[in-house]
Amino acid sequence: MAWFKRSKQNIDPESRKNDLPDGLWEKCSECAEIFHKKQLEQNLWVCSKCQFHFRIGSAEYIKVLLDDDSFKEINKKVRSADPLQFTDTKKYSDRIAGVMKSTGLYDAVRTGTGKMNGREVALACMDFKFIGGSMGSVVGEKIARLIDKAIKSKLPVIIISASGGARMMEGALSLMQMAKTSAKLAMLSEEKLPYISVLTDPTTGGTTASFAMLGDINIAEPKALIAFAGPRVIKQTIGRDLPPGFQTSEFLLEHGFIDTVVSRKELKNTISTFLELVS
Amino acid sequence: MAKTILEFEKPIAELEEKLVEMRKVSDSLHIEPEIKIIEEKVNELKESIYKNLTRWQRVQLARHPDRPYTLDYIYLMTRYFIELHGDRGVKDDKAIVGGFAQLGDQKVMIIGHQKGRDTKSNVFRNFGMPNPEGYRKALRLMKLAEKFNKPIITMIDTPGAYPGIEAEERGQAEAIARNLFEMSKLKVPVIVVIIGEGASGGALGIGVGDRILMLENCWYSVISPESCSSILWRSWDYKEQAAEALKLTAPDLLTVKVIDRIIPEPLGGAHKNHQEMADTLKAVLLEELKPLQKIKPDKLIEQRVEKFSQMGKVIE
Repeated sequence: MAWFKRSKQNIDPESRKNDLPDGLWEKCSECAEIFHKKQLEQNLWVCSKCQFHFRIGSAEYIKVLLDDDSFKEINKKVRSADPLQFTDTKKYSDRIAGVMKSTGLYDAVRTGTGKMNGREVALACMDFKFIGGSMGSVVGEKIARLIDKAIKSKLPVIIISASGGARMMEGALSLMQMAKTSAKLAMLSEEKLPYISVLTDPTTGGTTASFAMLGDINIAEPKALIAFAGPRVIKQTIGRDLPPGFQTSEFLLEHGFIDTVVSRKELKNTISTFLELVS
Repeated sequence: MAKTILEFEKPIAELEEKLVEMRKVSDSLHIEPEIKIIEEKVNELKESIYKNLTRWQRVQLARHPDRPYTLDYIYLMTRYFIELHGDRGVKDDKAIVGGFAQLGDQKVMIIGHQKGRDTKSNVFRNFGMPNPEGYRKALRLMKLAEKFNKPIITMIDTPGAYPGIEAEERGQAEAIARNLFEMSKLKVPVIVVIIGEGASGGALGIGVGDRILMLENCWYSVISPESCSSILWRSWDYKEQAAEALKLTAPDLLTVKVIDRIIPEPLGGAHKNHQEMADTLKAVLLEELKPLQKIKPDKLIEQRVEKFSQMGKVIE
């Protein structure tokens, strides 16, 4: 925008936002309703006016799904080794270090065991804010180890996906994590242990094309973007607009790829009931 | 067949052209010594160019429009090939072909991506970009091979799974995921060969096996250099850098143990001599199949799962 300058400041989009004290309030991006953080947390980060599901991370999902203080994290400090010494406009190792600092996370998934309405389960939760929830060696390895543990301890596996897909900066090794996690799920299935995939906004690319689509049941949160190819790529390829509601949870339900769309408030009980019915 | 000459091959092509001209007049002018000198020069040039290819140049070779494709290999390597069509659900995807064939003394199932040679056949083959029914056809054929206890050979050569509305509606992601899941527990040996382009999930969708082989001038990665450039550099102009950063060539992938073996191509690439390339590949496949067939199914599956489990690198 170097070639022109606004002569006078007649619109200031920031002014209204600044009325709110920082960090205490959040605005629903669908209906613009404003909530106090505490209020939002109580409502499991769902807008009480329009039912919009805010994007949340592993810390919040652990609260949503597991009994209080029952989560025991495993392989917490496993982190990226930058196997390709990758550099684009920035060194991958610097990018990782920066994101680790800003998010307080080690990578885009956290794994562990915990109790869900008293039942022991193995849980993996992805964090979209860690490089778009992308899957590199760490995500693949942590999920693989979680499944190994589930097989050993005879636990059901639940994976909450929120991911842009495989991580570019680990090249083919990221791609192979799709095969690795799927192969482990095949072994879990041979043991007749249940696997529940929960797809949240957004779940795309290599994550959808591996463990996220392989649940014994696939559950999606309402109105999540769930796709293989992202909408922008498809639009570019076919050169026309996409139909309304394309690649939403409801769209996938209609086309037979999701078993049920469940609001966040019902998530824990739905999974719990399913596990009870198949046990 | 129209010859396509890549930018970095031009010096060779120019000299070769000169040679042809000189040979035409050599009888009357007695210039055999000069011809010999130029011939030597051509060979030297070829050696120096083809032995020092950049990653981006290899990507170009992998996409060379004269390269042999799956059906070429099938016709050059096997006998009694019967192509099997359809996923039994939606349609027959022309971007993936497959069927039983006799390879040397082995009866095998061969499945691979298929590109077209010209505009018309490329449209017919959807440029080698499968829809979900392609992956489902592939899985149906693999299950058939498993039923009759025949080893499976898959050939990867795709710019990616097709990103279209119908592909999404019919579950592109599910189709690929299902293949990864099912291929990891097939009870028969699976050999995967990357024969051209190996773009992301669209390639991996038929790429889980006991041995992963790769022709010398191919690429295999999570994304194409062009798309990687557009996302990470926010411009299409950094494809060479992206190719370097992605480490997507056969030697790179052997180092990080994504592949098991590199199959040499004729000097200048597989397209220079289809028959020679097919003969080399056939010999390698027969050699690779033998030990795999001695392994019991349970052990085979266990080793396959373990093989993919080992891929990747983390810090504890």
